[in-house]
Amino acid sequence: MSAVRVRLGRIEAPALVAVWVREWTVFRYYWRTRTFAAIVEPVITLLAFGFGFGKLVSEIDGIPYIQFVGTGAVATAVLFSAVFSAMFDALYKRRYQRVYDAMLAAPVDVDEIVTGESLFLGVRAGVYGVAPLLVAFLFGLRPEPAMVLVPLIGVLTGIGFAALGMWFAAMVSTYDGFSYVISGVITPLFLVAGTFFPLNRMPQWLRSLAQLNPLYHCVELVRHCAFGLDPLADLVHVGALCAFAVLAWWLAVSRTRQRLVV
Amino acid sequence: MSSSPAAAGGKVASLDGVAVSLHGVVKRFGDVRAVNGLDLEVPAGLCYGLLGPNGAGKSTTMRILTGQAVADGGSVEVLGHRLPAESKLARARMGVCPQESNLDVDLGVRDVLEVFARLYRVSPRERAAAVDRALAVAGLEQRATDRAETLSGGMQRRLLIARALIHEPEVVLLDEPTVGLDPQIRQELWSLIVSLRESGTTVLMSTHYIEEAQRLADRVAIMSAGRVVAEGTPAELILAHAGREVVDVHGSAPELASLRSRAEAEGLPTRHSGPSLTYLHADTLDGRLPAGSRRNANLEDVFVRLTGDYVE
Repeated sequence: MSAVRVRLGRIEAPALVAVWVREWTVFRYYWRTRTFAAIVEPVITLLAFGFGFGKLVSEIDGIPYIQFVGTGAVATAVLFSAVFSAMFDALYKRRYQRVYDAMLAAPVDVDEIVTGESLFLGVRAGVYGVAPLLVAFLFGLRPEPAMVLVPLIGVLTGIGFAALGMWFAAMVSTYDGFSYVISGVITPLFLVAGTFFPLNRMPQWLRSLAQLNPLYHCVELVRHCAFGLDPLADLVHVGALCAFAVLAWWLAVSRTRQRLVV
Repeated sequence: MSSSPAAAGGKVASLDGVAVSLHGVVKRFGDVRAVNGLDLEVPAGLCYGLLGPNGAGKSTTMRILTGQAVADGGSVEVLGHRLPAESKLARARMGVCPQESNLDVDLGVRDVLEVFARLYRVSPRERAAAVDRALAVAGLEQRATDRAETLSGGMQRRLLIARALIHEPEVVLLDEPTVGLDPQIRQELWSLIVSLRESGTTVLMSTHYIEEAQRLADRVAIMSAGRVVAEGTPAELILAHAGREVVDVHGSAPELASLRSRAEAEGLPTRHSGPSLTYLHADTLDGRLPAGSRRNANLEDVFVRLTGDYVE
């Protein structure tokens, strides 16, 4: 067999491709259930809130409520698809199936596993995130050219939340441990992101806190794509999402390495 | 087995002919020294057995060699690559079959192998052939599209080994390759290991089954409490530590206890297991031993003598 070129101390493309191919291969077996969960849940949320609250609140800042929620639910779809898959899959692969052990015996390092898997889940989340937008079209949301950016925003947000999920997975020892992060972190992130109600009528402290919520920046970007970009503010939102992705990636890599390389 | 798992042709390890070397290796987990001053040199091209009771440090040693455990002290080299710094280079040339299955059990058999052909960077041109060859090694051609979790325990173990060979590694680590398997399946795996060694692949196999080491290993290192307590060919080890012949004496526990303390007082080497006391080096001790059944010494005598009275 021809010699394999391996380079030390860097993230190598062949290793990333291999991690990606593994994810894709697994996805081919499970795409039906994963896709059903990732699309149906936010669509139901959207319809429930849209019709339920839509009766009480007809418009928010001049936007029909169902369109307001529809654009916000893109972020929810991205969050759930990325963070939950990352959490449960990574813990399963580390603790129960031990496939990370098998992968690490090959010329693949922890940073390559985390990078490859977050990228895969990020792209998948970006695709799933489009579903609520398509539903919102049925309720009169007007297609805008800037909306082609929505999947990209979804991918960027998804990479960060996938890495965050892998970090959570590296901190717990059993699935039960996820109760803390689901109730203590993910639910607040999801509720205080301006998805269902605008934050500009909330107290100042809550609005300041929302600035730290990556999901808020995703929601704002998606809404701006639908109802008009605000270039300077949007650059800040993109920067915040990038910073979040880098931080979450770093946390995931270091904590997962502590778990897998002793 | 239908085909050789590794391609013909010379497999040259590092220049000095040593495939794996560990010197003064220490690995601590909290207060426990799992590996405690381990020295080991595995010559290229041999089947090398790492024999020791559970808890002797065999699995930790294996994990140090794959870079999944980092030694606290000492030096480790695999195929001339220093670990942990160059672990990735070593892993590209090494195959690993773990003690506990870590298969992607949700995937089909062929998919498992294709994913690992990627992870081991088998070139696109060679990938399909490598997967076919691995299927043949595992004898799973007919099960290629079945999910790995539907395979029997023995088939899963064969798939694990075939997965470790997908990139034709120069060194193969087998951690307790036949633990928990039926005798027939164990025989099958043994012939697979023999053919690997015949193809020139260096095999480092940990086991606590003495028979396995005696049958397969060219050389054996006996480990106890994290270090090597004896090393050599099985025949050398038997001759040095148990002699040509031994005498088994059966009796009640109190009888054996008193025989044992007398033997200790007289400086006679013995080993104890269950219902019998075995006098080692019996061929040199004629006239000094109680009546018992005489037989050829074996590796089990050495193992029990060196690692303690308990053997599974």
